Amino acid sequence: MAENGIGAPVRRKEDKRFITGAGTYTDDINRHGQAYAYFVRSPYPHANLNGIDRSKAEAAPGVLAVLTGDDVAEAGWGGLICGWMVKNKDGSDMRAGNHPVLAQGKVRYVGDHVACVVAETYAQAKDAAELVEVDYGPLVACSSTADADQPSQPQVHDDVPNNTVYNWELGEEAAIDQAIAAAAHVTKVDLINNRVVPNAMEPRAAVGEYDAAQESFTLYTTSQNPHVARLVMSAFIQIAPEHKLRVIAPDVGGGFGSKIYIYSEECICLMAAQKIGRPVKWTGDRSEAFLSDAHGRDHVTHAALALDADGNFTALKVHTKANMGAYLSLFASCVPTYLYATLLAGQYRTPQIYCAVDAVFTNTVPVDAYRGAGRPEATYLLETIIDVAAKELGRDPADLRRQNFIKPEQFPYDTPVALTYDTGNFHAGLDKALEVADYSNFAVRRAESEARGKLRGVGFSCYIEACGIAPSAVVGSLGAGVGLWESAKIRFTHTGVCQVLTGTHSHGQGHETVFAQLMAEKLGVPIDNVEVIHGDTDKTPVGMGTYGSRSLAVGGQALANAADKIIEKGKKIAAHLLEAAEADIEFKDGSFTVAGTDKSKALGEVVFEAYVPHNIPQGLVEPGMEEGAFYDPANFTYPSGTYICEVEVDPDTGVVSIDRLVACDDFGVIVNPMIVEGQVHGGLAQGIGQALTENCVYDSAGQLLSASYMDYCMPKADDLPSFEVSNTMTACSHNALGVKGCGEAGAIGSPPAVMNAVADAIGTRIQMPATAEKVWRALQANKTSQAAE
Amino acid sequence: MDMSGEYQIAAPREKVWEGLNDPETLRASIPGCQSLEKTGDNAFSAKVVAKVGPVKATFGGDVTLSNINPPESYTISGEGKGGAAGFAKGGADVKLADDGEGGTILTYTAKADVGGKLAQLGSRLIDGTSKKMADEFFSNFREQVAPTKESEVASEAEPTPAASTPAAVSARDDSEEGFAGLIQNRFVQASLALIVLILLVSLFR
Repeated sequence: MAENGIGAPVRRKEDKRFITGAGTYTDDINRHGQAYAYFVRSPYPHANLNGIDRSKAEAAPGVLAVLTGDDVAEAGWGGLICGWMVKNKDGSDMRAGNHPVLAQGKVRYVGDHVACVVAETYAQAKDAAELVEVDYGPLVACSSTADADQPSQPQVHDDVPNNTVYNWELGEEAAIDQAIAAAAHVTKVDLINNRVVPNAMEPRAAVGEYDAAQESFTLYTTSQNPHVARLVMSAFIQIAPEHKLRVIAPDVGGGFGSKIYIYSEECICLMAAQKIGRPVKWTGDRSEAFLSDAHGRDHVTHAALALDADGNFTALKVHTKANMGAYLSLFASCVPTYLYATLLAGQYRTPQIYCAVDAVFTNTVPVDAYRGAGRPEATYLLETIIDVAAKELGRDPADLRRQNFIKPEQFPYDTPVALTYDTGNFHAGLDKALEVADYSNFAVRRAESEARGKLRGVGFSCYIEACGIAPSAVVGSLGAGVGLWESAKIRFTHTGVCQVLTGTHSHGQGHETVFAQLMAEKLGVPIDNVEVIHGDTDKTPVGMGTYGSRSLAVGGQALANAADKIIEKGKKIAAHLLEAAEADIEFKDGSFTVAGTDKSKALGEVVFEAYVPHNIPQGLVEPGMEEGAFYDPANFTYPSGTYICEVEVDPDTGVVSIDRLVACDDFGVIVNPMIVEGQVHGGLAQGIGQALTENCVYDSAGQLLSASYMDYCMPKADDLPSFEVSNTMTACSHNALGVKGCGEAGAIGSPPAVMNAVADAIGTRIQMPATAEKVWRALQANKTSQAAE
Repeated sequence: MDMSGEYQIAAPREKVWEGLNDPETLRASIPGCQSLEKTGDNAFSAKVVAKVGPVKATFGGDVTLSNINPPESYTISGEGKGGAAGFAKGGADVKLADDGEGGTILTYTAKADVGGKLAQLGSRLIDGTSKKMADEFFSNFREQVAPTKESEVASEAEPTPAASTPAAVSARDDSEEGFAGLIQNRFVQASLALIVLILLVSLFR
């Protein structure tokens, strides 16, 4: 194995600058003559915009410009688009509504962008924003996911009747109804997948700049995908042609999906910069993050699982209402459809599955992909309903799952919901997790807890997810507006420095380390000699960015393919230098060797010859050493795993303590186990947050009540146990690296494990989050009903 | 948000009614009120500085009175806008009844909706803040309609924070133990009786 290559737990190269506070985030960037932007946001969830008087604000000290929707209309800009067209059951197109960059005519959620004040200082802009007089005509708002499509509800968009974006389905409803009618047992659940706020550590920010001489824009922004941002801003919003718009996403402090999308603020910074002829910076504060970063989840689901007399799953029927918020965000439409319904087979052989999804508009912050995006919702539903079925049938929850698993010899396995799982071994994952969790002695631990007056429960979750969304032809046929390949370029310099240019973007994932490890593995380059460059549309090849745990499985494979081209070219040069036939040259551990001899040339020497080709005959190769590759995967990758959670509940207070969380994941080949473990830890914390503490609450009038950390409870260290993380491994069959992706698994697998454990402990099923109050009330209700009996 | 309360005011109903319709009395009574003008027969506009948790703002609002039934009851409704801080709108039904001892018992039930930053940051604090403001209002209001020069008597008799609160009005409110405790205090009760007596004499002579 190459030093620091695949499998080495290398410490992250980027952490020195992050830990010492030396990172360069968007807000750290200050351009000469920079002014500051502040946004006037609607305090009303739904109101007519009868007029905006900006005269007082314009006259305020330091104010350079006040922009409103009229300016956007005048510029002829298009709206913020949704890039994925989902069809209705009848084949017609979904109704996306219009999403103006600044509100025009109407505001549709608390936080909607009404105006932007630009001033010499941030404080002046903020003060002047108070002077923008907005004449709102308040309207009744719609804030309920479950009721949004009722005719009595206020209409969020006039051209979207009954607030229904689409009615989509997958499968044959009639066949499923027959299977359910014929079943020996049917388990039903009603589930709410609670709305959560992404809460990246770094709030969004942007610096817009306009070069009048070049008639070109530069945007520094907190983006997970600068090329996608440039494409959308250029082709759809029509801010400038692509060659007149450079997008730079420097260090980004977490995204979790929320920084995929193109937001009003970054577009308006560009408009303002052009208008005043100076760079304009906007930095969101935490309150603005709550009010304007795309939220996650928010499903209301009714489902039925049919089982035969032996406990085999025979059919699953699901109906979900998915809240899209007030506008359709960039990928919002595909999250509750192609990233949700297609995962409802889970790890099981359920032969028939039907899923209907109604996506609805409400007067709330737009909802889009959030760590896991659709797969956590699918996993939560499936792993809950199976647990309920096991309880109803008196079956051990682990056994019922195992009985229905897809068997190792059945791969590749075609699910009834359109996916083909290439590899996996679910039995191995469950077995290992049971062993680590010491499940056979659970009863002893439960008795021990009971002796201390505590209620102990155990919960399972056997998840599967789909990463590296692909291939482009398939996603295109399903409505995606873009291809989902990735690109990479390897450029050696004279002195043998290996520059890796990737179209993916790192905002916490550790690409600078992992991609360097790939170069160590493939080319034998010491990782300190590798420079990973990303996040600048002028520097890196066109790419699609980072989300859906795709960077290694798609971008990493592109990089590996580029490395193969480097080797291919190097062999030609080495063969000439070593006076051997090209076919006899072997490349290993950074050296080209004539097979069966000790004659060799190091890669560095070959690179130097490529740049100083004094001895290279004309026509042998082009000078230089730079190769690129684009890679479009043949399929998704399918990480899977079993999570087992043990909780202890204090019946007097309702407080849930997670005593143990065992995570056994199959991520395929692991490049850096330390980074993978970190990714799992982070995902688990977010999943546990959703299950126990986090909840985004709107009141019936459409006001956001949980818009600060006083009311929105993030999981803290003392809410989490010391995680017990382990792995099994089946290599992905369709990428040469054998990798699958690990960024979201923890957030996908953990909520049902925790909630199943809570239900096991208290004997009642409650909706997330399982706060102390809810658990306590459930326990009191149990007592009351037991007393009544 | 719903809230209700009951206050005993040591002044007759007519006097209390008069005060509730007098801009100057109201201005002096509303906590943080910077200005209050009568804009119509039954309409006022006001500027009030209010603080709810971390949100402090100047609210400009218009208030109208309806269902007017002097000197027994009216409905007050209105909306206040605090710019970036958000808005509050709502109303209250106010009723006056004789307490049988020459004073007045004022009861109100109020309903209010808040929006914007007030809701986002202050939703859990609004009930408490509203109660506090209502108590302050009625405490001030009592000072206006039934001035208590003798309130020092109470503080001398019982120099505790509770008793040093001007005490010519007693408020009964389940959630306000401070006032409940106040009433139970013998010294304060004695002072109250004295003050009420003096007030009655001074008001009706």
